[in-house]
Amino acid sequence: MDTVTVLLLTFIMSVTGLGIFIWSLRRNMFDDNPAAAGVIFSTGEIGHVEDPSATPEQRAGLQKTVTEGGKAVIDPSLADQLKRELADRMEADQSTAYVTFVFLSCAIVWLVVASTFGLISSIKLHNPEFLTQYAWLTFGRTRTLHLNMVAYGWCPMAAFGIATWVLPRLLKTRLYGGRFALLGCMLWNAGLIAGLGSIAVGINDGLEWLEIPWQVSILLVIGGALIALPLVFTLRNRKVDHLYVSIWYMGAALFWFPILYFIGKVPGVHFGVEQATMNWWFGHNVLGLYYTPIALASVYYFLPKIVGRPIQSYNLSLIGFWALAFFYGQVGGHHLVGGPVPHWLISLSIVQSMMMIIPVLAFSVNQHLTMRGQFKTMYYSPTLRFIVVGAMMYTLSSFEGSFEALRSVSTVAHFTHFTVAHAHLGLYAFFSIVMFGAIYFVMPRVMSWEWPHPKLISLHFWLVTIGIGIYFVSLSTGGWLQGLDMLDASKPFMDSVRVTIPYLEGRTLGGSLMTLGHLVFAVHFVLMALRYGTSRVGPALLHNRKFQPESQAIAGA
Amino acid sequence: MESEYKLLSGAMVTLALATATLVVVPYLQLDNVQPSPGLKPYTEQQLRGREVYISMGCVYCHSQQPRSQSMAPDFQRGWGRAPVAGDYYYDNPHLMGTMRTGPDLFNVGARQPSVDWNLGHLYEPRAYTPGSTMPSFPFMFKLKDKADAGDKVVNLPPSFAPAGKVVVASPQALDLVAYLIGLDHTYPVNPDATLPQVVKDESAARIKATAAEDGAKK
Repeated sequence: MDTVTVLLLTFIMSVTGLGIFIWSLRRNMFDDNPAAAGVIFSTGEIGHVEDPSATPEQRAGLQKTVTEGGKAVIDPSLADQLKRELADRMEADQSTAYVTFVFLSCAIVWLVVASTFGLISSIKLHNPEFLTQYAWLTFGRTRTLHLNMVAYGWCPMAAFGIATWVLPRLLKTRLYGGRFALLGCMLWNAGLIAGLGSIAVGINDGLEWLEIPWQVSILLVIGGALIALPLVFTLRNRKVDHLYVSIWYMGAALFWFPILYFIGKVPGVHFGVEQATMNWWFGHNVLGLYYTPIALASVYYFLPKIVGRPIQSYNLSLIGFWALAFFYGQVGGHHLVGGPVPHWLISLSIVQSMMMIIPVLAFSVNQHLTMRGQFKTMYYSPTLRFIVVGAMMYTLSSFEGSFEALRSVSTVAHFTHFTVAHAHLGLYAFFSIVMFGAIYFVMPRVMSWEWPHPKLISLHFWLVTIGIGIYFVSLSTGGWLQGLDMLDASKPFMDSVRVTIPYLEGRTLGGSLMTLGHLVFAVHFVLMALRYGTSRVGPALLHNRKFQPESQAIAGA
Repeated sequence: MESEYKLLSGAMVTLALATATLVVVPYLQLDNVQPSPGLKPYTEQQLRGREVYISMGCVYCHSQQPRSQSMAPDFQRGWGRAPVAGDYYYDNPHLMGTMRTGPDLFNVGARQPSVDWNLGHLYEPRAYTPGSTMPSFPFMFKLKDKADAGDKVVNLPPSFAPAGKVVVASPQALDLVAYLIGLDHTYPVNPDATLPQVVKDESAARIKATAAEDGAKK
């Protein structure tokens, strides 16, 4: 087929497809539909802030920034209904508590081990004689272990944990089939441990992001499918008519991932250059069609919940979702700019990368409008800080990604540490930081206990944000200089290596702060799980309805 | 939106579209690509060496895909012409790489055909390239008091050789070096024969350049 024809055809197909979807959803699209956006709230709950990890003072401050006078008033005529709905929500929370706790515990273990390996790899890049005596400690393996622990350990475990907790709440029902999720979690972890073990001894499939041997991957596929089952059961038993935007993102992502992974790992199909295009189709889509939607879903749920105000424009969130689904899937080819692949493929990917500006703008504008005039809330709410910063980093990393796909930028940035910095902006500054916020929000509900040392939350926040800031700025600068040196034929190749050294050291510094932050987080998590600390709100805590004074019931439920 | 079926079918349509454009169409287009004339299949030893290359994660620092001359001075660095799809005919998995912490290795066999250089470089990269950030691979070598019959002794620059010992290469190291030396794609190709890769007037210059490079090697 002619190159231009293929390119035009796919482009027209994408746009037509998008058009059809918008048309089919039109009634909802053009309705001013605050009811849909308000579906995450119980009757009469809008206007009431919620942050389970905030201290009473912080909570009071938070409420004060949202409502004048600092008091949220409940319409007495709605009080009874609210009470009933809160009771239902508590039931939903109780049904997910154990499953969510298991997922999040696994996530945190992987986070700590993964950052340790990341740090080791980072040191090795500017200090190549560090830990060279054993094959499993060589850079090629520690780096790969780091990537796989993050990509298949920390990120999905956190994502599953949060999705398991959020979905029953949104569907206003209890979780059905939680045992399947637990079994899936065990299989997934077993597969991951086996996969990491085989990478450490040098058995792997040799493709970036797809290193885990396909025989072991079967465990991950089955595990992932088992984890998705409760979603199906719970969806079928839902008690709401309207599916809130977070459900689309999470539902689609949980179905996209197993398919992506299956196609990526199916043995004996992919070959040569085609394998390379598949490799980046997968590598990019696992970020765009799995981690990104889960984190966006979390933002769409937690952000309005914390500030007690529905998202500004429900229609924008619709555009954002479908545009992401249509455009993101086809951007992977820009990783092969200048490579031995068909030209049309790269052009297509570059076009779609630029189209990604649409969903990103839709999300960012929406987020900004929802937060408008409320940025002071970040001062009071420990979880909102993570969520808002993470969401802003989504905008930043997506815009960067769109422009990085352009040939002129890619020529410099490709093959350098700049790409690594970009990947960390997406998967860390955006995804992980949103997950931190979500976990801080969720855990007090899951454990019926409060975070024992609120100051540690602040410490964690500052360590990781300053850490990733240093990491990103340093590595982007180093990578860009590396790329410029590589393009200057008058300079020997070694110049492009030497120029990066101070920036790689900067990366290690940033990475150390991030790792330290994770240790603080993990210790705090363990302390909470072991029920250390005094409960500051009295015995009323969260699942016990009897002792809760009215206002507390709102703030706490 | 009220229907989960609408959601899931929509999600599947978009994914199918992406899979079609980035996986299925490339599959169809590249399925009948033939090996470039001049490309030799790997030997048994080279294949074993390729496994070592994969297991040590060399691909995370080294690419195997020089860019075209219109894009970057990869050719001037001696890394060779831009590859075509047929150059990867025998490669499974592909090892094109996305990173150049170290140089491109598509033609490293043509640049560094010496077994001794390559072994020594794996033992201690900084003995040959000051400032190199490549890890050394000491576990691929044995330190012995005296070499036995059949041992491949690594000739190191005197200041890097351990005192009173000889460094003997493991079979693993020898396999890896056999693979690296086998990486030689300096044969000429006609880019038009395989894929619509470059515009016409560029390809003539490309072939000329390849021939010139071959000449320079000899």
